[in-house]
Parts: sequence; structure tokens; C-alpha cells
Amino acid sequence: MRVQALIKRIIKQMLRDKRTLALLFFAPLIVLTLMYFFFNGNGNEAEIGIADVDKRLVALLEERDIHIEYVEAADSQTVIEAELDGLLTDENGALKLILLNDDPSVARSILVQVNQALLMQNAAVGGDAPTLETDYIYGSGDTEFFDVLSPVLIGFFVFFFVFLISGIGLLKERTSGTLERLMATPIRRWELVAAYLAGFGLFAVIQTVIVVSFSVVVLDVVLVGSIWHVILTNLLLALVALSLGTLLSSFASSEFQMVQFIPIIVIPQIFFAGIFPVEGMAEWLQGIGRIMPIYYAADALKGVMYKGLGLADISRDLLALCIFALVFIVLNVFALKKHRKL
Amino acid sequence: MEVHKPFIFRNGVLLVSIEIDVKGVSKSYGKTKVLRDIHLQIQRGQIYGLIGPSGSGKTTLVKLIVGIDSADEGDVEVFGIKMPNLDLLQDIGYMAQSDALYLELTGYENLAFFASLYPMKKTEMKKRIAYAAELVKLTGELKKKVSAYSGGMKRRLSLAIALVHDPKILILDEPTVGIDPELRLSIWNELMHLKNEHQKTILITTHVMDEAEKCDIVAMVRNGALIKNGSPDDLKAAYGANQLEEVFLQAGREQS
Repeated sequence: MRVQALIKRIIKQMLRDKRTLALLFFAPLIVLTLMYFFFNGNGNEAEIGIADVDKRLVALLEERDIHIEYVEAADSQTVIEAELDGLLTDENGALKLILLNDDPSVARSILVQVNQALLMQNAAVGGDAPTLETDYIYGSGDTEFFDVLSPVLIGFFVFFFVFLISGIGLLKERTSGTLERLMATPIRRWELVAAYLAGFGLFAVIQTVIVVSFSVVVLDVVLVGSIWHVILTNLLLALVALSLGTLLSSFASSEFQMVQFIPIIVIPQIFFAGIFPVEGMAEWLQGIGRIMPIYYAADALKGVMYKGLGLADISRDLLALCIFALVFIVLNVFALKKHRKL
Repeated sequence: MEVHKPFIFRNGVLLVSIEIDVKGVSKSYGKTKVLRDIHLQIQRGQIYGLIGPSGSGKTTLVKLIVGIDSADEGDVEVFGIKMPNLDLLQDIGYMAQSDALYLELTGYENLAFFASLYPMKKTEMKKRIAYAAELVKLTGELKKKVSAYSGGMKRRLSLAIALVHDPKILILDEPTVGIDPELRLSIWNELMHLKNEHQKTILITTHVMDEAEKCDIVAMVRNGALIKNGSPDDLKAAYGANQLEEVFLQAGREQS
């Protein structure tokens, strides 16, 4: 009954604060979209050089919006000097594609286009498919940054915004004196914590669904596994963020001090989220990674979205998130003792 | 200063008429001693005034009684039960010194929210809200958001919230700050009414002397110590003074 009254109040307050709502729901979408465009350059602008290649194949490539430049010499130097993105040559029946790869997304796009053109030509002509050898001037072939990054980013944004908004929500309750006032009513500490989890949790659920759907439907992020597993993982992560945010707000005395937790608590977690290979880190650093909630969430999200893992494969990560949430929730109930012993 | 504990028997049932019993309470924040060995007893149906300059420890004492802060030494008992106690909070209406209100919500929503934290039926709740709002003359303003309220209106809403669940004990921390004289008078009339008609026990802090005159018992607090208490008339007689203010000044000199 009391919990219900509190939840109702929290929801009402949130709905009246349109800007915070907008931040919660749309800011992650804007940032994700920007990242998407930064990391996935436009493949249509690709320009490749052609030397001694079957005319039918070249025609197919031109149909695919690739700018063709005919060149004499066929080596890496030509690519760099002529400012091309790639170069296709025929060396005694074996096709060779040299890719500049200064922008992995462009290089990959060319590779895909050339491969598809080859397949089409093959289907028309018949016979053995000519082999395609790929050379990279910079980097190597397995770099499609956003695909690797996006599961981590989705998790991170859910964590970040829920952490900030729930933390500041409870902080406002403290600084305005209403928390103390609440403590002068017969409300129990766990009721308050439960209401905060449920009230803000509702908005976290909406946010998670929006962010995940947007990433998958609009940004077309690779999703091999089930979208439900992605949402489940993110919901657990949101619960961790929610309980951690409200917990840390008891150590802050102003909104500004709450923001100060971002570089200390939130940013370091990115480093352990798998954007940088954790396996290569020093052992003590890996140990730190194990106490970061995002480490587990990112592992699960990458597993589901990129590798197509099922629920059983990510159950250990999910369990870790549950433990984090549980610990933070219990600590929350204790932290309120500061205001009333009982 | 030790007060004899009066007991009242009714139908063979012992009723302790002392509702609030503060027993030797001390409190420090860091190295600053805020309260020093405070003893006081408040009886049912009394208006008990805590008077003293700001920073004297009135608010801390009030918070200890409500149970939202804990004493280093000593105990506070309400109805003979040690605070903090969740069930007892049901019977206490607390008005904090700072207006603890939800600015995004309307006056009505604030009242309804706090009312719903107590066991109350919907119809009773509506009646209580209407009554409390009328008492502080806010009925016409309930639909407005609190962020649009003036300082005095917020004070009045806080008072209405303290009253909304019909508590037996009212603990009001500086309830009339920022309220115009006319409304202050009407609030005091209402407190008198609550005391006389409903036998409410009211603990009030103030630093306005003419409000202290209206209390049944006045306790003077200075530097965290209770230096004198008694009815305004007794105190004035004891010091041969015409006004409480003189009593306060003289008692203060004695202490230091």
C-alpha cells in the first residue's frame, strides 16, 4: 500500500519532468546514431582502381555504385598515390584485391561488393569461381568496429542514464528534506527502496526496450541471437545501475557531487567492457574487471548479439548481474539507517 | 526540575498521561555538543513550547523525539515506548523546519501522497485532506503545483500535511515562520482548538516570544541545554518580570 503510493508519486514526478524523460529515452538514441555514422562511413563513396580485370566484372561493380578508376601498375603504392580505397587486379586468373583499409567500414563494404559482383558474374558465366585474394595496406580484415562496439554501447548507455537519473532522483529526495520527512512516517526502509526500484525501474524498462529496438531496427546492428535475451540482459544491468545509483546518492550531498561519480564509477567500466581486449591486460587489471557490472553485461550482450549464444551460455553473466543488484539493494536499505535507525 | 509522574486511571486501566518523556538526552555532531543532558516531560493535551535562539539545539531535540536522529546518551519515550518506533510514528504529525514538499506535484497530490502512507480509507482520506487544507486556508490553491506556491503557502501546506492523518501528537518545528500575522493568529486559534476539543498534545518550537506566551509550558533552550521550564505565568512570577523575554535574558545570564 505504502509502496504503491510511493511508486505512484515517483511516476507522477518523472512524467512532469519532461526534460529528464527526454534525456532518458532519446539521448541514448542520439549518441548511438552518431556513433553509428562515425564508425560506419558511407561505402558508396568508395573508389577502386582496376587493372586487367574482366570487363563484365567491372560493369557489375559499376552498377553497385563503386567509382572505377583504370590504372596501369597494380601495387600498394598505386593505391596510396592515386588516393584510392582499393585496387583490383587479375594475376593469371587469380583476382587480387588490395584494400587501403584506413576506414575498416569502407574496406569491408568494397570487399562485400566485389564478392557479390564475383558471385553474380559466376552465376551468369558458370564454371569455377575465380579465387579472390585480399591484401590490406593498413590493419587486417576482421575490423567492423560498430558491430563489435554496439552491444557494449547499448549496455553502457542503459547503465549510464539509469544510474544518473535514479541517483539524482533519490538525491533530490534527500536534499529537499522529503526523505527525512518520509522517515517521520511509519514507512519502512525496505519499502522506500522497493518503491524506488519499481518506480524508476518502470522507466528503465521503457528505456531499455526503446534503445534495443532502435539499435536493431533502425541502426541495423548485427543481432544473431534473440532480442529477448538482449532485453533481459539490459534489464538486469538497468537494475544494477538503479540500485548502485541510489546507493551512491547517499554519499553525495548535491547533484554536482552525483555527477562527480561518473568519472570514478561509470567511465572506468567502459575499459573493461570488451572494447579493449581484456585478456591482454595485466592480471590485477583483469581482477578489477571482475568487479565491474558492465564487464558481465557486455560479455553477455556480445555473446547474444554477435556470436548468437543462447540463455544457457550467458547464464553465468546474468547470475553475476543478479548478485550485484542484490548486494546493492541490501546496502541501500542499510544506507537509509543514516536517516532513521529503524 | 524532576517532575512527579501523574497517573490517570480510567475503568481500571492505567493511562499514562505523560506522552513524551525525554530522559537525559545528549547529542554531539563531531566535536560540537548540540544537546546536553536534556530532561523534559510533556503531558497529554499540553501545548509545549521550545523557545531559544537559532542554533540552540531545538531542531535537533525535535528530531530526536520524532526518531529521525538518534541520541548519543539518554532515551526518548513516547507513550512509554522507546523511540524510534514505527507504530508510534502513526500517532505523530511532524512538520519539519524546512518545507519538505514535492515541488512538481500539486498541493492536493502532496497531501494525498503523505496521507496514503498511513492506514486510512479513501473516503476518510478525502475528508481529512479537505479538513487539513481548510485549516490552513489552502482549499482554493490545492490544484496548483507547489513550485508556484509562495513561502507562506508552502509553510501552511507543510502544516496541513502534519495534520492530515489525525495524529495524537503534533510536533511542529517553527510552524509560523514566514506566515502573515493574521494567518498566524488563525493557526494558533486552530492549535488551541485541537488541544481543547481533541486533547492533542502539541510540541512547538519558536523564537517568537508572543507565541511562547500562548503555550502551557515553555522550555527555554540555550547552547543545547534546557535552562528553565514552566508555565509562562510561573516563570514571570519567579523572576518578577512582566514579559517572558526578560525571563529568558535573566535565565541566560544565570547560566553563563
